[in-house]
Amino acid sequence: MDFQAVIDSLPRYAEPLLVTITVTVASAALALLVAFALGLMTSSKHLAVRTPARVFVEFIRGSSVVVQLFWFAFAMPVILGIQFDYLILAGIIALGLNYGAYSSEVVRGAIAAVPKGQLEASLAVNFTPFQRLRLVVLPQAWPEMIPSLSSFAIMLLKASALVSLIGVFDITGIARIIGGANGGANQLPHLALILVVYFVLAWLIWTGMRALERKAKRGVGINTRLPKTRAVAPPEEGANAAGGVL
Amino acid sequence: MQNPTSDQPIIRFDRVDKRFGDLLVLDKLNFQVDPGERVTLIGPSGSGKTTILRLLMTLEKVTPAQDPAAEGGVIYVEGRPYSHMEKGGRLVVANERYLRQARQKVGMVFQQFNLFPNMNVLRNVTEAQVHTLKRGKDEAESKAKELLDLVGLSDRIDHYPSQLSGGQQQRVAIARALAMDPDILLLDEVTSALDPELVNDVLGVLRDIADTTSITMLIVTHEMGFARDVSNRVMMFDNGQIVEQGPPEAMFSEPQEARTQDFLRAVLAE
Repeated sequence: MDFQAVIDSLPRYAEPLLVTITVTVASAALALLVAFALGLMTSSKHLAVRTPARVFVEFIRGSSVVVQLFWFAFAMPVILGIQFDYLILAGIIALGLNYGAYSSEVVRGAIAAVPKGQLEASLAVNFTPFQRLRLVVLPQAWPEMIPSLSSFAIMLLKASALVSLIGVFDITGIARIIGGANGGANQLPHLALILVVYFVLAWLIWTGMRALERKAKRGVGINTRLPKTRAVAPPEEGANAAGGVL
Repeated sequence: MQNPTSDQPIIRFDRVDKRFGDLLVLDKLNFQVDPGERVTLIGPSGSGKTTILRLLMTLEKVTPAQDPAAEGGVIYVEGRPYSHMEKGGRLVVANERYLRQARQKVGMVFQQFNLFPNMNVLRNVTEAQVHTLKRGKDEAESKAKELLDLVGLSDRIDHYPSQLSGGQQQRVAIARALAMDPDILLLDEVTSALDPELVNDVLGVLRDIADTTSITMLIVTHEMGFARDVSNRVMMFDNGQIVEQGPPEAMFSEPQEARTQDFLRAVLAE
């Protein structure tokens, strides 16, 4: 193991890091769009709207993401004559569709969890179905979705490593190349390095999503800084003095 | 406020059936309500009284007859078909577009308040005015503030529903319903979910509204004192039919039917 060589190679990670971040952010944005579209469609009371969305979700969820990735990168150009100028686009589309399909279940579940009384009150004040969705259902469902969507966002970050399989140089791809040089002498430190990088990126996502969740909950009148109800009586003043953890 | 030809009933049920699967909740029900009348519906649970309110709010649909012209099964509001609409000279079940127009005349206050938790008090009362009545924001706000003043909550307009007591939430819900200027106000057990000490605030607000407006009210309640004070007529229901009806004094002091007597004895013993 040659530490100097590892340190010297760090600048070569700059561009791949940008690729990892780009793939994650772009496919997360696409996934969010797909999740809402499919989640709303699978919530529809019309069979003709629900069925195609259902079929699409089950197909995507039921087939391998790696195969989908190859399909968008290599098969589609051959079959349909559509060639992406950049393979990274194939990666973004495959991951976005995949995680969008999974997340659509989160959207559907949160919409279904809005109490029936809210729908009845919306009807009583004569909102149109679209107004009901925009003013009542989605604002209430959104805070409920955020924790699950955060998990998917982090899974997506980790899954972004798959784009290295179609020849896109993200941090996993570059670590394999640099680490694999000289008969793999520096494999271990490079792989260890990117583990830490993934962890730091995941932590950033968590932090951002927690903040988003707090903001969203304030929007429905839930104060996240205070406990909703005090489940147990506060401890006596003297309790801490006798060896309290704080 | 009401239709100028006001000698006709504002609400008329013509042989209305309502089934949930095999369960017959309303059985060829006939009754009518005059403009400005306050009618209290009483009866054991499952007797169909809440279903009547839900039909009037279009939260449920009547079980239609094969031939409405001959067999009825139609609700009329202000003399016009409400559960149905006229199409090619015949009565057919109303579509959503027709119902949207029709239900503008009707407002409802729910047992569980059903305020929108994502909106503060002011928005709860203004949003529908802006979006469904197309009122300007300023007009909607001044109307809302006037009504929130009426229900005694002017100092809470920035609060969210979760920051209010049940009684306060219900008073906001009353303001929300009134903001739509309904001709008919439906009150569905509006104090049943409240702690006892909060009931009187809500009933007080409703008494004020009854005293100062000519709005038609249909009230489902177990508060017999309130029913006696506010209503012109009490209807006793059982098994989807009217057992007995009359002015509150007569109904509460000398009910004629055994079922009414039993019911009132049970309710008043609580």
